[in-house]
Amino acid sequence: MTRVRRWLPGLLLVTPSIVAIAVFVYGMLGWNFQLAMTDKHDEISEGKFVGLTNFVELWDQPRWHISVNHAIVFTLVFVGGALVLGWLLAFLMEKGIKGEGTFRAIYLFPMAISFVATGIVWRWLMNSGQDERAVGLNRLFDSIGLDFLQWEWFRNQDWGMAAMAIPAIWQMSGYVMALFLAGFRGVPEELREAARVDGCTEWKVYRYVVLPFLRPVTLSALIILGHISLKVFDLIVAVSGKQIITDVPAVFMWVAVFDSHDPAKGATIASYIVLSVAVFVVPYLIWSVRREKH
Amino acid sequence: MRRRWMSAVAITMAGLLSLTACGGEAGDQAKPSGEAAKKQVEVFSWWTGPGEADGLKAMREIFEKQNPGLTFFDAAVAGGSGDKAKALLQSKLQADTPPDTFQGHAGAELQGYIKAGDVEPVNFLYDELKLKGVIPDQLIEQITVDGQIYSVPVNIHRSNVMWFNPAVLKEAGVAGPPKSIPEFIAALEKVKAKGKIPLSIGSEWTVTHLMESVLLGSLGTDAYNALFKPGADWSGPAVTKALNELKTILSYAGDPVDDWQPAAKQVADGEAAFNIMGDWAYGYFHNPPDGGLGKVSKQDFDWAPAPGTEGTFLWLSDSFTLPKGAANRDGAVAWLKVAASKEGQDAFNPKKGSIPARKDADTALYTDYLADALKDWGSNKLAGSIQHGVTVNQPWLASITEAVGLFLGTKDVAGLQAALADAAKANAQ
Repeated sequence: MTRVRRWLPGLLLVTPSIVAIAVFVYGMLGWNFQLAMTDKHDEISEGKFVGLTNFVELWDQPRWHISVNHAIVFTLVFVGGALVLGWLLAFLMEKGIKGEGTFRAIYLFPMAISFVATGIVWRWLMNSGQDERAVGLNRLFDSIGLDFLQWEWFRNQDWGMAAMAIPAIWQMSGYVMALFLAGFRGVPEELREAARVDGCTEWKVYRYVVLPFLRPVTLSALIILGHISLKVFDLIVAVSGKQIITDVPAVFMWVAVFDSHDPAKGATIASYIVLSVAVFVVPYLIWSVRREKH
Repeated sequence: MRRRWMSAVAITMAGLLSLTACGGEAGDQAKPSGEAAKKQVEVFSWWTGPGEADGLKAMREIFEKQNPGLTFFDAAVAGGSGDKAKALLQSKLQADTPPDTFQGHAGAELQGYIKAGDVEPVNFLYDELKLKGVIPDQLIEQITVDGQIYSVPVNIHRSNVMWFNPAVLKEAGVAGPPKSIPEFIAALEKVKAKGKIPLSIGSEWTVTHLMESVLLGSLGTDAYNALFKPGADWSGPAVTKALNELKTILSYAGDPVDDWQPAAKQVADGEAAFNIMGDWAYGYFHNPPDGGLGKVSKQDFDWAPAPGTEGTFLWLSDSFTLPKGAANRDGAVAWLKVAASKEGQDAFNPKKGSIPARKDADTALYTDYLADALKDWGSNKLAGSIQHGVTVNQPWLASITEAVGLFLGTKDVAGLQAALADAAKANAQ
């Protein structure tokens, strides 16, 4: 009896969330994978099991290749950019700048904005008009004599998605900064001093003492940014709408479900998005579980 | 089983839309609970912008005057051409909680709803109100599916309108609006030589819109209309020629701008010579600055049928339906009667900037561009729009949109034609 009393309240407390997660996360995921393996290509048909046919056939579609390429470019630029910029801001902050609290707040503010609002502002900033038709950033470049910097931004056929990553970097680098700043603060001062006593230059202190401490923070940042990036939808739709030139898997999925009325295809794309995020998250989970055991 | 997959999406969408300032969800809470005696009619539309919302309000006043026992409940969802509205509607239909009546483009866009059994035929209304005499026969023929009509058209817009800036044309030495596609290309070349944008375009859908006018102008009305019949020839040399012309025309296009408004504005501001856009652009050119550009018609901007399409009205129409299983069917029928009436259409259309689907409208209410449109509507041949849901159903349109989007990257005419032919084969019925 006393034993039951020990674990029962705890179990009762977490049961609602276990049930909710089982149904609304894993139940829905399973349902989605099941749907992706049927031939339910319109709303009316029942859908027969067809195995992985949909997963294979998707690769025959030129649009899928384009949206995958776009997702890769976007992810590389966004994750890389936000990590570097966030690290740099944290580094400067750590050097003991005056009014650190104010700067920290300013850099963190963009986090509070939704991607939709960011997208609408940046659509204007990244307007593709040039010279006398320039507005936004192109106008700025034009008026300060840097007109060679003007370009089509997200309407560029090859590197448009790199431009699309700029608003995302702007929005998330403050958050990465906060993560890194916490990481920097976690490095014991004695270790740095010990290194200095041993004759390390300031650069070497960072390279061999501080950076190894930041590894877990970097990994967390990478996971968080990576999954945001692979699922990106709202930013793209706010900036450019549902255009092929900025197509990504999530937008393609929306079009497949609501415009093409093809549930199985939409579910297939959704499955690929989940799998690509899993590639990021699962190794991290394994790694952190192992670390906790130590 | 059939509806199961959709409820998942429905739950997600309902969550999303309630977060993003959605009229429908907010309105649900505002339902007057005390007035049980007055039955309400939920009218689902995407008319929230300037002009269109005023038109809806004018129709609502007539409706409430004629039906004292009913209240109008406006379930409008913002977003041009009903993108977001259609997604929300889809989840409402899948959850078997349809609005009492919803807006949809008349024609093939409704096919999905018809096949899924979401809407019922309204032939009885056409008989009761004797609509068959007053709505043009060709329109009725083009929206009839197996002898049944599923919606009541409220207004008519024209897709094949070429807007141009007279001053820019004069400067380039173009005598008047070009009448054929070769003349159009020659005019574009002349404008280009003067350093202006020959043709302004917006986002990718505006190119699909341009394509339907080029197809109509190049193929002619009968061959164009035949493209949407079963077994149509999308792979033939005539379509190849039209698509090559489209490619040539696009080579004169300016950098794509955000949407149709900035593209139209380039013409109004004298930066560009031509823009092919539906006649909703008229309101934008003409209306005073809070909703439009406040330009003077025939002087700052002018119009003509798109090259090669004179004598044909490439139409699209907003219409209302009668969903199966709606809470208040009688109320919906009462709304459809107002939407079909001369009084209702004449109240709505001058505000919306469109013309009535009925031929017996009060011509004095329609001036300037609208007078031209009304005259042509009564006398021209009719062809249905692709981009705006008359001739192709939603999956077909999605495939066409995708093909055009890919074409803008590759400029590969053969690839575009093959994709269009595949889309027709997969979706035509």
